[in-house]
Amino acid sequence: MKIINSAHAGTLESSDIYIQINPFKEDKIELELESSVEELYGDAIKELIIKTLEDMNVSFVHVKAQDKGAMDLVIKARLQAAVLRACESDPVWEEL
Amino acid sequence: MKLRRSMLFVPGANTAMVCNAYVYKPDTVMFDLEDSVALAEKDSARLMVYHALKHFAYQDVETAVRVNPLDSPYGHLDIEAAVRGGVDIIRLPKTDTIDDILDMQSVIEKVERKIGTTKKTQLLAAIESALGVVNAVDIARCSSRLMGIALGAEDYVRDIRTQRTKEGTELAAARAQILLAARAAKIQAFDSVFSDVRDKEGFVSEVKKIKNLGFDGKSLVNPNQIYMLHDIYAPTQKEIDWAFEVIEAAEHAKKNGLGVISIDGRMVDAPIIARAERTIYLARTSGMIGEDDE
Repeated sequence: MKIINSAHAGTLESSDIYIQINPFKEDKIELELESSVEELYGDAIKELIIKTLEDMNVSFVHVKAQDKGAMDLVIKARLQAAVLRACESDPVWEEL
Repeated sequence: MKLRRSMLFVPGANTAMVCNAYVYKPDTVMFDLEDSVALAEKDSARLMVYHALKHFAYQDVETAVRVNPLDSPYGHLDIEAAVRGGVDIIRLPKTDTIDDILDMQSVIEKVERKIGTTKKTQLLAAIESALGVVNAVDIARCSSRLMGIALGAEDYVRDIRTQRTKEGTELAAARAQILLAARAAKIQAFDSVFSDVRDKEGFVSEVKKIKNLGFDGKSLVNPNQIYMLHDIYAPTQKEIDWAFEVIEAAEHAKKNGLGVISIDGRMVDAPIIARAERTIYLARTSGMIGEDDE
């Protein structure tokens, strides 16, 4: 899936996550994470974001995530929404 | 028939509600992708509901999704997400005719075939117009997937050119028609939401009214309404005691080949026995009595 545009999804409200997606010049996933629970769950959140992007075959991407204590299902949903917006694509359900 | 007193609406874009609604133990959690979700957030809300449906927290509670109409850009994608997520019930908004149900059913069947599931998604039709009310009997009988019909009062009162009142006079005809249509089709009937969450007295009064009319339950907009509604729908101890007495007398009569029986001088016949059985069912499913009590 090719990132065409910048896009975002989510909010900065409690229990949510704000995801900003931008095209990136290198074939990799560049991830910046700020989280209110970073000390405890930072690594797990990063792992989840990268796994979700890999499942969607996304590379050449810069992701900025501002987490306010979101559950896994919210992180996945917001990230996938941002990616699909950035790719101007409908969901490929088998990848979600 | 499953107990469905409380169907809690959960806006699909409201993260906290989507993640926590199951905690309040409504009979059905009803995720909304329609009116409560802004157009710009339809895609994100759909994905959130899809993942919530698959989350372990929602495996022990009945789930429904109110999808957008099929003639909108969102309806087909909503159904795909809901069915793939494993939803129990899809709620159709603005059901006016049998075709609305059959079209929706056809889309659901296509998704079910595509993913190879054996689960048969049920349908709940929301009737929200004069045309829908007039067609309620046909609608209620048109599909084996239909588990119930529900009144959508806000759009309905707009359609008949009036407004909501505390007394609910404007809804009398629609409630009667929807209830009778549901009963004739042997499916469930659900009342509309009571939107003013601060007006507890008004809510209690409305729930008592729709319970007496015979409605199986009601759509809710706030978790605080669940407990009040369950209390009103729960049988009293006096009613439970009476029900046990009736069942015991009926069993005794059957065993001894007696015809008509009476309790305290009042005749007990088949409708009375059926009512007693329903009271015990309500008491059991409400957790007021256990198997050992029977």
